[in-house]
Amino acid sequence: MGKVKNSPWLLHYDGSSCNGCDIEVLATLTPLYDAERFGIENTGDPMQADILLITGGINTQNQEVVRQLYNQMPRPKVVVAVGVCACTGGVFKDCYNVLGGADSTIPVDIYVPGCAARPQAIIDGIVKAVELFQKRSDRHDRYEIEQKEGGNANG
Amino acid sequence: MGKRKVVPFGPQHPVLPEPIHLDLVMEDEKILEAVPNIGFVHRGLEGLIEKKDFNELIYIAERTCGICSYQHGMGYTETLEQIMGVEIPDRAKFLRSTWSELGRLHSHLLWLGLLADGFGFESLFYECWRIREKILDLHELTVGARLIFSVNKVGGVLRDITPEMQKTILETLDVVEEEVKNIQKTFLYDYSVQSRLKGIGVLSLQQVHDLGCAGPFARASGLNLDMRKLGYDAYPYIDFEPIISTDGDCFARCDVRTREIFQSIDIIRQIFAKMPEGDIAVPVKGMPNGEATVRIEQPRGEAVYYVKGNGKKLLDRMRIRTPTFANLPGLLETMKGADLSDVPLLILSIDPCISCTER
Ligand code: SF4
Repeated sequence: MGKVKNSPWLLHYDGSSCNGCDIEVLATLTPLYDAERFGIENTGDPMQADILLITGGINTQNQEVVRQLYNQMPRPKVVVAVGVCACTGGVFKDCYNVLGGADSTIPVDIYVPGCAARPQAIIDGIVKAVELFQKRSDRHDRYEIEQKEGGNANG
Repeated sequence: MGKRKVVPFGPQHPVLPEPIHLDLVMEDEKILEAVPNIGFVHRGLEGLIEKKDFNELIYIAERTCGICSYQHGMGYTETLEQIMGVEIPDRAKFLRSTWSELGRLHSHLLWLGLLADGFGFESLFYECWRIREKILDLHELTVGARLIFSVNKVGGVLRDITPEMQKTILETLDVVEEEVKNIQKTFLYDYSVQSRLKGIGVLSLQQVHDLGCAGPFARASGLNLDMRKLGYDAYPYIDFEPIISTDGDCFARCDVRTREIFQSIDIIRQIFAKMPEGDIAVPVKGMPNGEATVRIEQPRGEAVYYVKGNGKKLLDRMRIRTPTFANLPGLLETMKGADLSDVPLLILSIDPCISCTER
């Protein structure tokens, strides 16, 4: 990881996860793994967040919430899907209420595997997200970049 | 008299690790009524019985909730064993109880941390989670995973806890006990923590009984209800008494849970002292035919499992009643007349596990 110029803020939303990945994300932020040493800060406010960490799949009820959170975040933004549920739907893929992974609703940049995803893997995902965020914020034609890279459909 | 207004709370909220939505009907700063709106985590897990066979469902049952994951898998497996008339070896029973208690330790420490976060004591939150990592290391040592164990199978368990592992576990528990004693001082005797917890969200014994609450939430109001006393697994051989408090406020709930941490440590010590030698699993043949119900005590309270099989691979029905589901009515009751600023604390005080409840 190169030099980081600014400090991206992180928003965590729990989709329809089983809690496993959810608390691993929290554990990643606590002292033993301490993801905040990479210059990120955990926030609860989507309007100030740069990186969206999403755990668990998308179901019919939280789809709107996830879309809204994503749209409320300022550009440039990076989305990290944590755990196989958020990547593909995981073990719940066949459930009647699960629409699929996070990418069924919003564009996802980084996929972190694991059930539950281990803190080390989550840290790796966050570091990649910080790098990507740097790259995106260095560009001025952000909107076009995002269009190309993520296929962002709804702004 | 102020004007009535409705304040939406959640589903995405800084203090909530999980999504739940409440419409709070307010009059000035007081809450008149709380209307929950759930379903954000509903996956339809029980519907998977149509697609997965009863053995695969053990892994699905474990993923009902990542915190009490082990006990969900265990409860479901024991229900199947009851239907199929399987008697598991004694050593397997003791092993199952060990992991249950380790799970309780990590869950209670997690909850204490979240509670500290709820009233804004960040460093205490971090301290609890630092101690909790030691328990997770023990999980990793014994089963190779931090949260989702997958060590249950019909007829026993898949892994053994060797004497060397037992030694490490006991040594770690000694350290954990000392450290929890330290944070217990802060939780129970610190003036500012007390002023935040005492007298908040009081429920009487009659109320928790009528509302059908379960687990530490009910025990904090004086209800003597602990499913471990039913005597499943190794618990008949263990000497322990359910921990009860009578105040019924947030402070009592915190008190009950901290004391349960010491109780669990004690139970694990007793288990290792009495652990019999022998096999850890018996071979099982056939398919489940019939129905059974099993009740077990999870960190959050009583969970009920119901399974109905028809002699084929795919089951007819699997149903899980989780403790948070039983505690939600109690939560809504505590909210009546509470201040808006206490809402996060009240929600946390039942130790909510939304993904359990909505499955
Ligand atoms: S990936 Fe596994 S641990 Fe994570 S939310 Fe899904 S089922 Fe739970």
